[in-house]
Amino acid sequence: MSVELLNFIETVLNGLMSGVMYSLVALGFVLIFKASGVFNFAQGVFALFAALTLVGYQTGQVPFAHLINELFGTNYHNWYASMPNFLAILLTMVTMIALAWIIERLVLKHLVNQDPIILFMATIGLAFALEGVGDLMWGSDVKVLDVGIPSGGSIWLEEATIGLAAEGSDYYGMYVDVLNIWATVIAVILVVTLALFSQYTKTGRALRAVADDHQAALSVGISLRSIWILVWAISGFIAMVAGIMWGTESGVQFSLSLIALKALPVLILGGFTSIPGAIIGGLLIGVGEKLAEIYIGGYFETGALENWFAYVMALVFLLFRPQGLFGDKIIERV
Amino acid sequence: MRIKQLLIGMTASVIAVSSYIEMAVADLKFPMLVYRTGAYAPNGIPNADGFVDYYKMINARDGGIGGEKIFHPECETGYKTQVGVECYEKNKKDAMVFQPMSTGITYQLIPKATADGVSIYSTGYGRTSAANGKVFKWVFNAPVTYWDGASIAVRHILKQNLGNIKGKKIALVYHNSAYGKEPIRTLETLAKKHGYKLMLLPVDHPGQEQKATWLKIRKARPNYVLMWGWGVMNQVAIKSAASIKFPMENFIGIWWSGSENDVLPAGQGAHGYKSLTFNAPGTDYQVHKDIKKYVHDKGEASGDGSHFGTVLYNRGLFQAMVQVEAATVAQKIHGTSKITPAMYRDGFENVNLTAKRLEELGFKDFAPPFKITCENHGGSGLAAVQQWDAKAKKWNMITEYMYGDSDVVQKLIAEDSSKYAAEQKIAERCN
Repeated sequence: MSVELLNFIETVLNGLMSGVMYSLVALGFVLIFKASGVFNFAQGVFALFAALTLVGYQTGQVPFAHLINELFGTNYHNWYASMPNFLAILLTMVTMIALAWIIERLVLKHLVNQDPIILFMATIGLAFALEGVGDLMWGSDVKVLDVGIPSGGSIWLEEATIGLAAEGSDYYGMYVDVLNIWATVIAVILVVTLALFSQYTKTGRALRAVADDHQAALSVGISLRSIWILVWAISGFIAMVAGIMWGTESGVQFSLSLIALKALPVLILGGFTSIPGAIIGGLLIGVGEKLAEIYIGGYFETGALENWFAYVMALVFLLFRPQGLFGDKIIERV
Repeated sequence: MRIKQLLIGMTASVIAVSSYIEMAVADLKFPMLVYRTGAYAPNGIPNADGFVDYYKMINARDGGIGGEKIFHPECETGYKTQVGVECYEKNKKDAMVFQPMSTGITYQLIPKATADGVSIYSTGYGRTSAANGKVFKWVFNAPVTYWDGASIAVRHILKQNLGNIKGKKIALVYHNSAYGKEPIRTLETLAKKHGYKLMLLPVDHPGQEQKATWLKIRKARPNYVLMWGWGVMNQVAIKSAASIKFPMENFIGIWWSGSENDVLPAGQGAHGYKSLTFNAPGTDYQVHKDIKKYVHDKGEASGDGSHFGTVLYNRGLFQAMVQVEAATVAQKIHGTSKITPAMYRDGFENVNLTAKRLEELGFKDFAPPFKITCENHGGSGLAAVQQWDAKAKKWNMITEYMYGDSDVVQKLIAEDSSKYAAEQKIAERCN
């Protein structure tokens, strides 16, 4: 095989892997939008908050330590040296469920039947408030997140592919980050679990009923509020998974909330209401931007196409298929 | 009764506000443009803490500068250029000096501060050609500029290759902003001089995703990678370099890509990574003892005190020290403790931080000596290389402080500043 072809395959593979990372964020958006019609601008901050909380539990950090010490002249920082990963993840999940409950009680409950734009604005406020709370609770330092997921280039793949190139060619084998392989496996498990949950459980069916028609669901006795809490809790869990993956890659820090911007073109492409759409959209965006950066980037003096090319793809798609690849068809009755 | 209470309340408020204003006017005002929030906060916080702790120490230990207390109001920029300009406008009255902590903000403030008569101190960042004091009267960027930095990195590479880097490939991974683009011109000129091939790889803000960039590096196999990064871009780049097994000893960052924050997330993978620096890390200096005694032990530390002695905290101390020294010099020149912004600028232009003076200030062996003159606002142009020891979790200085290629850098500075002078119709001074 020619080195060029192998490099092309490597770029596509890495694009697919990056796409999975984007899909992890996009999934949270889709779930909430599908069930409540709310475009949750705070999804990126959810991921950040979950990752901050996880590291906080892992390292025994006292929440709001800075504030407490400032107010009471104390000097508390940590109350234990470390916590096992499993327990820390479990506690973070509980925290995210509690957060979903608080959001429902303090925000959503008061905005039932409001226009979608009002709910969207509320989530913008929520994003900034939660970012501030996260800062107060856990501080702004870069935190190292290690839940035991390996990272770094896959040596196995490198060795397995090095012989594919013609003899004597300057080829070093194919590169894929092990962390991304893990992210792919986790994303597959997540999607399958979500599909099974919504298909075969009573709560899952209730969730689908709410997503299809709020009024009809209410009329058969489904509690809209419980479903909202559930959906926000599930998307909080997905945010935690995304936060773990992205946080392991770059350390947990406040720029993590900007990964939401990576999910936007994915949503435009895949549709706001489709879980498979979020996955396929992520994969297309991931591959598209990597190919653009590597094969077209050189022709642009400024380079760095990776970020904006995803939006160009999304925009083109928007023009021809506004509902996205798998989104509900928009039907206007005159 | 209610009206009476309201009047008393209003009068008390007016007295309180005016006494605050009076205090602010009487003191020496050093406004701080900080970013304690947002994507770049992990870098902004330790740096700002270094500034605040130093000012507090000077106020507590010496009663201020020549008896005048330092007033240091903070304005949050979030590293956003537009917000930085707003902060400047809000705080410029009676301000001695602004430290923008962003090259983008510095570029915007240069014409404004020049018109307003306020000094700008961009320590080792900002517009490199501002080192030419003949053109940039109000701007100082000592002790070293980005163009010095680029040529020092190349000099280090030259030393490792016994002076011959012809045919070698050097990649520059840079923040796609005014800051990141600064070294390109110097590196291109040096490429012509030394015969190396330069590969430019921009990374968009914030730099969370760099897979394509590092795939390009993996394919092209440059011999060295230089980095002009900031914030999360540094952490992701170092981790990605480790992931593709790029030899870390051949990966060199500028001084803003060499803090503990940048290397810790990569764990052992960051071992051997190098960066330039113009100040030492650690707490073995008199200034740290004084800060501990007069600030931290009294529970007055900025933040939780956890950044004490880190690279960026120490840089904040260094930056604040230079700003305070400029005020001391200005007071001596003009024979008054109550200096104006114009007097302060005169002081800045006569700062002479000899080894002896650095020792007096508690900074012995902390940074190389440097001098600012009317012609040279860029200082000594010295920087060293430090290397990260991931096992010991500490930076080690591995070279002496060294000069860059002054022939190339000075020529570029002269060209760029002349162009700016022509555009802005500035007559050269210091003749």
